[in-house]
Amino acid sequence: MHELAICQALIDQIESIAAERDAARAVAIVIGIGPLSGVEAQLLKHAYPVASAGSVAEGAELVIEDLPVRVKCTQCGEESDALPNKLLCKHCGDWRTELIHGDELMLMSVELEKQSVGANSTAGEAKMTLH
Amino acid sequence: MCDTCGCNITHGNEGLIRPGGKLAKTESGKEAVTVLHSLLDENDHTAAHNRAHFDSHNVLTINLMSSPGAGKTALLEATIKTLQAKTGSALSIAVIEGDLETENDAERIRKHGVEAIQIVTGSACHLDAHMIHQALHQLDLAKYDIVFIENVGNLVCPASFDLGQHLNVALLSVPEGDDKPAKYPVMFRSADLVLISKCDLLPVLDDFKPAQARQYLHDIASDAPVFELSAKNGSGMQAWFDWLDAEIHAQGSRAAVSSTHADHDHHHTHEHHHASHRHDSR
Repeated sequence: MHELAICQALIDQIESIAAERDAARAVAIVIGIGPLSGVEAQLLKHAYPVASAGSVAEGAELVIEDLPVRVKCTQCGEESDALPNKLLCKHCGDWRTELIHGDELMLMSVELEKQSVGANSTAGEAKMTLH
Repeated sequence: MCDTCGCNITHGNEGLIRPGGKLAKTESGKEAVTVLHSLLDENDHTAAHNRAHFDSHNVLTINLMSSPGAGKTALLEATIKTLQAKTGSALSIAVIEGDLETENDAERIRKHGVEAIQIVTGSACHLDAHMIHQALHQLDLAKYDIVFIENVGNLVCPASFDLGQHLNVALLSVPEGDDKPAKYPVMFRSADLVLISKCDLLPVLDDFKPAQARQYLHDIASDAPVFELSAKNGSGMQAWFDWLDAEIHAQGSRAAVSSTHADHDHHHTHEHHHASHRHDSR
């Protein structure tokens, strides 16, 4: 179960993005996972609260986009959808295909809440004043 | 893929970025930032760093992966014996061992007079690039032609982490069954070479069909060569040695390309104490 390690890497990225942009916290995180990334979305969801505790991402919504598997045939040149363990060309049936999508493990976006002017901002849902 | 020209926006994710897409909305007081970074960026960065170290010493590095008990250590022992005995051109080998617990495998390797660094991962089910980087601090790469990394026995997690190796070798042992490539496509897709190990057991475990294993590998679009061998009785080992020989020669040109590309220009955040290199760029 390497999802905790992946989750920690995710939180590290969120921390540095939030620091760069002077944000108080992350409210939503969107990641994209292809089935050939080797990462299980459900396990990642379970690991997330543990990994994010005490970070700027604590309490942020984690949205996981399941990305499809697509291959391009090196023989006939056509693209087709495929299954993780059946990467055959749907057009000519050949096995010599290249994966064009499906192994992604990507932080796609993060929604940040800005620091409020004044020191004692609360990290709640209240409207914040922008710099 | 990069973060500047937009080439990391693909058919798979562009719908999310368009107006109305999940990544496009911004409520007041909030800022939506499109990132499109691999979650393994940090690991991959360190892996590239490790690879640059290997290349600068012209060391071929091979990551051995399999389920526990498929015979990685036995393969290494048999390989060491043969490579050490090669007349005229004995190759110098080091091994980095990854296990959750114990130094058993490293001790098996050391009995053959070969340096072995044991990484005890504790509860971690895989090696990552940082662990390899730490191990490199204990290895004088200038002394070696080949470094074998024996990954933690596991057909799932090690496949996701680049360590800085040049090649992945996956072992599929006869007792495991011939459908492992269909069950663990991520692992077997990552393999540059697949070794069907413990083939001395084929006469008794005759439901394992090597041709079927090859078919499952084709199904995951793998064009990796597949050798059937037994480290125990030595059958089929020559094909593996020939493959190693060819890859050692290929490494010479790989290392040359790597040094001309000067891809080792990222800055270090720590002091290096590698035993004998002086090539750190700044």
